[in-house]
Amino acid sequence: MVLKDLCEELDLEILNEADLSREVSGCYIGDLLSNVMANAQKDQLWLTIQGHQNTIAVSLLAEVSAVIVVEDSEVDQKSIKRAEEKGVNLLKSELTAYELAKRLSDLGV
Amino acid sequence: MKSKKIIKDNIEKRDFASGGEVSSKLKSKLRKLGINNKDIRRCSIITYELEMNLIIHSEGGILKASVSSEVITIESKDKGPGIADIEKALKPGYSTATDEIREMGFGAGMGLNNVKKFSDDLEVDSKVDEYTKVKAIVKL
Repeated sequence: MVLKDLCEELDLEILNEADLSREVSGCYIGDLLSNVMANAQKDQLWLTIQGHQNTIAVSLLAEVSAVIVVEDSEVDQKSIKRAEEKGVNLLKSELTAYELAKRLSDLGV
Repeated sequence: MKSKKIIKDNIEKRDFASGGEVSSKLKSKLRKLGINNKDIRRCSIITYELEMNLIIHSEGGILKASVSSEVITIESKDKGPGIADIEKALKPGYSTATDEIREMGFGAGMGLNNVKKFSDDLEVDSKVDEYTKVKAIVKL
């Protein structure tokens, strides 16, 4: 499934659009950046409550397809700007990571 | 074996905004050199952790990386508080980070442990109130 379709299906807010035609393969949930670095895989979606600049750095390094900031957590302007500069898809949802993951699973991600 | 320096960067203390820049740079250089994806990933993780350690804990330092036909060597050298008990610091979950740092998703005591986990050889040398030196080897 591509990101653009997911955004529509899950009513995700698009904070930065880099490439929504990117294919999504699985999902990783985590807020500890070391664990995300060690375990998130390329093209996965990363679900987190961390909405600061280092989230963007980790997304880029882990090569996730997009980061979805869950639970309507705050995302600072610097992070959005960083996502623009670095070409990271930055999305947001009101749902919890669990609720979102359930929906993702239902959609076959 | 001839080794080529590919990264030498200064890291400033508390410069969270630049966190990950050196690892990104290393990653693209390794890609250009045709290094395989698995080893690029290992190097990225190691460099990111060392970079963040310098930002979080040190008074500033240097990150270096070099590559030969057999290994990639990643080294950090900082001025700072040092590590009193290196064995303890390498264990998962051990951390001296503040609550503020933890709230940002760091300081869970996984950093050096990740460096160890993803490297083939690791040397840590430190003197309290003076410096910490880390040398991680990734075999190709």
